[in-house]
Amino acid sequence: MDKKTQTIKRFSKLFTDNSSRIENNSAGLINSYRGDAMKQFVELGIPDRKNESYRYTNLDPWFNADYKSYFVPGEEDFKAAENFECEVADLNSYDLVLLNGIPPRYNGTLDGLPEGIWVGSLVEAAEKYPDLVARHYGRYAQNGKDGLIPLNTALASDGIFVYIERGVTLTNPVQIINLVHSDRDMFVQHRNLIVVEDEAKLPMIVCDHALSPQKFLTNAVTEVYVGENAHFDILRVQNEHNNAAKLTHTFIHQEKNSYAVSNNITLHGGLIRNSTYHRLNGEGAGSNALGLYLTDRWQHVDNFVSIDHASPNCTSNQLFKGVLDDFATGAFNGRILVNREAQKTLAYQKNNTILLTDDARMDTKPQLEIYADDVKCSHGATVGQLDEDAMFYLRSRGINKDEARLMLMFGFAREVIEKISTEALKIRIDDLVLKRLRGELSRCATCSINCDK
Amino acid sequence: MLQIENLKVEIEGREILKGITLSVKKGEIHAIMGPNGSGKSTLASVLAGKNFGEITGGKITYMGRNLLEMEAEDRAKEGIFLGFQYPIEIPGVSMVNFMKTAVNEHRKYRGEEPLSSSDFLKLMREKKELVKIESGLTNRSVNEGFSGGEKKRNEIFQMAMLEPKLAILDETDSGLDIDALKIVANGVNELKTPENAAIVITHYQRLLDYIIPDVVHVLYDGRIVKTGGKDLAVELEKLGYDWIKKGDDTVKYG
Repeated sequence: MDKKTQTIKRFSKLFTDNSSRIENNSAGLINSYRGDAMKQFVELGIPDRKNESYRYTNLDPWFNADYKSYFVPGEEDFKAAENFECEVADLNSYDLVLLNGIPPRYNGTLDGLPEGIWVGSLVEAAEKYPDLVARHYGRYAQNGKDGLIPLNTALASDGIFVYIERGVTLTNPVQIINLVHSDRDMFVQHRNLIVVEDEAKLPMIVCDHALSPQKFLTNAVTEVYVGENAHFDILRVQNEHNNAAKLTHTFIHQEKNSYAVSNNITLHGGLIRNSTYHRLNGEGAGSNALGLYLTDRWQHVDNFVSIDHASPNCTSNQLFKGVLDDFATGAFNGRILVNREAQKTLAYQKNNTILLTDDARMDTKPQLEIYADDVKCSHGATVGQLDEDAMFYLRSRGINKDEARLMLMFGFAREVIEKISTEALKIRIDDLVLKRLRGELSRCATCSINCDK
Repeated sequence: MLQIENLKVEIEGREILKGITLSVKKGEIHAIMGPNGSGKSTLASVLAGKNFGEITGGKITYMGRNLLEMEAEDRAKEGIFLGFQYPIEIPGVSMVNFMKTAVNEHRKYRGEEPLSSSDFLKLMREKKELVKIESGLTNRSVNEGFSGGEKKRNEIFQMAMLEPKLAILDETDSGLDIDALKIVANGVNELKTPENAAIVITHYQRLLDYIIPDVVHVLYDGRIVKTGGKDLAVELEKLGYDWIKKGDDTVKYG
């Protein structure tokens, strides 16, 4: 039996052994998807490097490890977790702490939210808003080749649900503080659903942190529906540790004249794979898929983006930038699919990476599939070093080498940060990125983990 | 202030400077003229500390120290300033942040406290006035999207902010119209004191109508082939560089 089959067997057994426990902690509607999803997973397995979109990322070592695979946190766990202070937490936001993928059961929505918005557990939502959840759950997370998605559908018991009613505009963001914490190695899965109705506006932040040094593997699927003329903005800040792997799959379905921004800022993590999908389903929709990765040591970060232009007159933009130090490796795969009916499409893509050492490595691959004839698409990728002429220019004004390097790296990263729409958040991210580049990310200063860095 | 003795520089195996000897005292303005490819910019870059090519001979003493052993940033803090022929665009790095860092590095070096934000902005306002640089420019990224003239004015603005002892202006006049040229020259003259010195590198005599040099050198094929007073520049303008290239030494001056 080969490795792939062994892994499939292991997860099948996990599913069989635990399905009643999972189902008891979940909702009927969500449970109804599990059987078929498991079948699909058995066909696909964990994506290996033969899978074109996972060519540069080896998931094997992360999936062939022994995890305590199932965990429902208690009330005390949440109390402990809420003491955690997120680096971006002090802006005006509506915060929800997720512990090992599970939201606390508030019996209702998060406190302090304005009328017309509900933020809480997906399982609770399945009871409170059964029609709404039924209409959207499982509809957008479609990728017939990636076994991680049905694996999540089969095994995840809960996650968050955000619902914003038609025409409701939220100014301050909803912040999900996504913590993993355990005294044993853990495999975490959660499933999120976000529904932004027509004309509504929802800004969101997700902060990923690991609170204990154990080995963590997270496989998270998020489905987002963005209605007509609606705005949705999601910023994810990933700051875990070298022993934590994070696999995220975010599917953003956009209707007519909607606008959605996804931004993945990766500061730290052993292995990070972000798959971001925007489907421009209605005419006149626009999307902005952004990413910034600043990693070092043996970290690996892989951004996969898929923009599906399904309607005419839509615009999409992809901008991913990164700085890789030490032995860090990275990959970017940007897919633009322009369907035959998607005339007058504008689609842009840019990926720039700076390698600080000879050992750092970046693989970048554009993937354009264009079936319409009246479209404008462009893509460009660069992998290089810091600009020597710019270094000399700064130094010739009396700025020392380290500071000059820092200024150039920060300037390089700034293009992504500038696109963050909330001003207060932009300042916080600026600060966080600068600390990260200085190597003094206060995560280490305030963190309770006794890791050896 | 500055003594260059028999300086030889090779770039990729080709000798660019073939033994330059030059001495600049405080209070002086030296002009270095010469045709394209004569080694003017190489000399400027070597003085500012750019790591390129190989210094194969000679020495440079600046304020009693061996300049060639100093890093570029230390040369700057000791008072050397290079006005770039082609100022570099640095997207994402704001002019304000750039200048604030540079000014405070200089202050730290002198054992002074960093400037407060308000004092710094006040200093910027004063100096901007000198080179008639618009406020908008200092709110942007370093040189990004600046016109040729704006870039050159920005160099003089930086010079005004850092108050160097020895300013080396590499073709600061190239690409400037006459009005911009006057503004730049005026900036240089305003900053001139009996305590500092300047080396003005130019291809044309035009700039020297506004910045009056004490000494003029002609650099050709990696050597200083003529040295004279300000009239030498006028001669050059009249006769062109051809007579130097031909090795004609019959013209007398000074």
